[in-house]
Amino acid sequence: MSVTLEVRNLRTHFHTRGGILKAVDDVSFSVEQGQVMGLVGESGSGKSVTGFSIIGLVDPPGRIAGGQILYRGQDLAKISEREMRSLRGNRIAMIFQDPMMTLNPVLRIDTQMIETVQAHANVSKAEARTRSRDALGMVGIPSPEERLNSYPHQFSGGMRQRVAIAIALLHNPDLLIADEPTTALDVTIQAQILAEVQKLAAEHGTALIWITHDLSVIAGLADRIAVMYAGRVVESGDAASVLDRPLHPYTHGLIGSVPSRNKRGEKLRQIPGMTPSLLSLPPGCAFRTRCARATAACGQEPPEESPETGRMVRCFHPMEAVSA
Amino acid sequence: MFTWMVRRLFQACFVVLAMTVIVFVGVHVIGNPVDILISPEADQAERARIIANLGLDQPLWRQYLYFLNDAVHGNLGRSFVFNEPALKLIGGRMPATLELAVTAVLFSICFGVPLGLYAGLKPDSFFGRTVMAGSILGFSLPSFWVGLMLIMVFAVQLGWLPSTGRGQTEVLFGIHWSFLTWDGLRHMFMPALNLSLFNISLVLRLTRAGVRETLPMDYIKFARAKGLSPARVIFVHVLKNIMIPVVTVVGLELGSTIAFAVVTESVFAWPGMGKLIIDSINVLDRPVIVAYLMMIVLLFITINLVVDILYTVLDPRVRLETKA
Amino acid sequence: MTDPSHAVAADAPVLPKEETPFRRFVSEFAESKLALVGLAVFSVIALLAIFASWITPQNPYDLAQLDIMDGRLPPGSKSLSGYTFILGTDDQGRDMFSGMLFGLRISLSVGVGSALFAAVVGTTLGLLAAFFGRRVDTVIMRLVDLQLSFPSILVALMILAVLGKGVMNVMLALVMVEWAYYARTVRATAMVERRREYIEAAQCLALPWRRIMFRHLLPNCLPPLIVVATQQVARAIALEATLSFLGLGVPITEPSLGLLIANGYQYMLSGKYWISFYPGLALLVTIVSINLVGDQLRDVLNPRLKK
Repeated sequence: MSVTLEVRNLRTHFHTRGGILKAVDDVSFSVEQGQVMGLVGESGSGKSVTGFSIIGLVDPPGRIAGGQILYRGQDLAKISEREMRSLRGNRIAMIFQDPMMTLNPVLRIDTQMIETVQAHANVSKAEARTRSRDALGMVGIPSPEERLNSYPHQFSGGMRQRVAIAIALLHNPDLLIADEPTTALDVTIQAQILAEVQKLAAEHGTALIWITHDLSVIAGLADRIAVMYAGRVVESGDAASVLDRPLHPYTHGLIGSVPSRNKRGEKLRQIPGMTPSLLSLPPGCAFRTRCARATAACGQEPPEESPETGRMVRCFHPMEAVSA
Repeated sequence: MFTWMVRRLFQACFVVLAMTVIVFVGVHVIGNPVDILISPEADQAERARIIANLGLDQPLWRQYLYFLNDAVHGNLGRSFVFNEPALKLIGGRMPATLELAVTAVLFSICFGVPLGLYAGLKPDSFFGRTVMAGSILGFSLPSFWVGLMLIMVFAVQLGWLPSTGRGQTEVLFGIHWSFLTWDGLRHMFMPALNLSLFNISLVLRLTRAGVRETLPMDYIKFARAKGLSPARVIFVHVLKNIMIPVVTVVGLELGSTIAFAVVTESVFAWPGMGKLIIDSINVLDRPVIVAYLMMIVLLFITINLVVDILYTVLDPRVRLETKA
Repeated sequence: MTDPSHAVAADAPVLPKEETPFRRFVSEFAESKLALVGLAVFSVIALLAIFASWITPQNPYDLAQLDIMDGRLPPGSKSLSGYTFILGTDDQGRDMFSGMLFGLRISLSVGVGSALFAAVVGTTLGLLAAFFGRRVDTVIMRLVDLQLSFPSILVALMILAVLGKGVMNVMLALVMVEWAYYARTVRATAMVERRREYIEAAQCLALPWRRIMFRHLLPNCLPPLIVVATQQVARAIALEATLSFLGLGVPITEPSLGLLIANGYQYMLSGKYWISFYPGLALLVTIVSINLVGDQLRDVLNPRLKK
């Protein structure tokens, strides 16, 4: 399978009054065609900024300070805004967290869809409308022809997210970045949307980057997982092995924090402390202040290590030694 | 919706009625009605005859009913100076004022929206700051002084534009208009600009605030993520959101603009009804004063009513709420 | 270390002056240089106006001192009696500088006077509305809404059209235009304060309502009131100037700035700009300086903007 996107040593920094905020600091991962990549982390870990960096929508005072974002071998960090725009919404699409906010409240759905079609395809308005209607039908919106004439406030939250997904998939993108698209929704709706996106992405061979803070969402969905902490990927690997045998103490803690049916009655484990401010990170491993296994060695920068094929961890004291 | 409109209409009628009482009491009780309604040249016998004729010997409430009856039939007395029915006199001057006020309102949008858009998109730029500082002056400077300065610079010093009067007019629908001739347009430019200065500042600030508020919204980021051009994002997605409050405010300001035309018309010797009322106050031509006041109150309440209704039609969100 | 006071300041921790609300207010106000400039300029203007009769070389109202032969002289001209008119003269041969200061005095007193009077009326009504609520509130606020839905110039025109010209009538018109702003502001603040415990406590003590209203409620409504009052003084001065310019304001014998500008208007077209220009400039500087102060006051006194 071909690699759709490869991110190498990405750094995205925000120049604030309080100093340089390294929201994304040396992040690397890759996604293959048709694969689902789960990007997991607490709020403020830099996962959303990673997403915005890929699609080129980091606003000042933020900017990409280094690294490569290779989309089919082409470095997105280097290309012009005009070239980037022709990819955005076309080959690379994104859906956002809050469906209540992603659609413009004063424009009708058809306006917001047709403009997207016409931004990348030289087609008539009628043709664009037909495509929009089909896209709405595809994401499971009943009577799409009538719904095209509605305003966003006439939809429920789940329906709005479906509309946003339909818009994102209008041009059958190679890469879809989903920034916590189900967080703001009810659990049942969440599952529907999840299944819908998974199905659509699989049908078109779309590579999917699913950004979330919720491991349980990613468990059944992702092929690969990258765990972010304080702007860095602390662990990555294929989903099953990361979830079954986490190497990094942070991943271990995250998995322990998920309430589970099987462990009823057991005390929930939790990670003590809070995510540190990105402006005042401790030197060395950023997690060491919350880590039970931290030693003096953790004051140094832990290197990326690969204890087994396809896995990466940044830790001096990984949870288990390489097992057979 | 329907009951709401009926209620609104009822309220408007009540305010009109209240204003007739105020004007009636003002003219007939505080001032001496004999002096007001009877030409000073009339001799004793004629005075007595007119007093009886006008019903001034009747009780006050009956006098008010007579007044109301006359007002409804469009009879508000004859001008002492022009010896014409006051209402007809004012009606004849009204097109000039309306023409000026409507042009001023158009100016406020044509200048205010682009300037506000710029100041909102580039708030830290030199020009953006200058525009904002200028808008403070636009609010606080007395408009007659600005008018004088305009005349001094553009008419007296530079000689580019004519200083006073309406210029050549053309007849359309039996009414004289300045905007149909080049000379008329040249005469109209300075007064209209002068009259619109306050509104330009107002629209500018509204637009800027709207841009600052709208830009960080998710739906703007989503619109960009769809690959739309910056022009489309700003002129459709941002501007559409801003235009609703701007149009409402500008509409509401039309009434004030007509009222403040009194000042501009006096400065630029523009022969509208504002100039007429000032002249009438100065020569105590009371029937004209009463007619003007009644007319402008009516105009004012009509405008407020129309804007209220338009607002509900314009904003899909408000529309739905009133339906539900 | 030559300067001992410097050494103390550097070594010992600076003893903080006792932080009173007033001191904090002063230091916060002083954060804006522009506002300080505004305050300074306005102080100078106010002093010039107050001491006009001592400063000016001529009493512009004393016709015996005027010579019609000195009429419409440009700035810097010498009078027949050898005096230099630094800002020129008007059509009566009146020294513009003197006329301007006296005009300023009238403009300021009318503006400040009407603003104060409107403040008393508006504040009382606003407090009554908030304190008694229900029907009193409804009636007063309906009046406020009605008043505010009409532009100031129209209200003033109505009053002057009915009552005729004159200083008192102009003042009355200005009060009628402005009271509603005070009433609205005071009511809004008082509605919030009214629910606080100290008002309840005062009510439990069975204090007379007048005392609760003016001694307990009013002082807590002062900050927004001060802001509105500053803005309204500027508005009143501008509106008075406008009305006088239209010939509806002060009598011609004691011209305010607006009337001076109007007098010079007819000569402006023939290039004699100074008769209108300098009074206009004085008006402009006065209004802008008050607004600068008012803007900063609003920022400092607005609790919502405080961090």
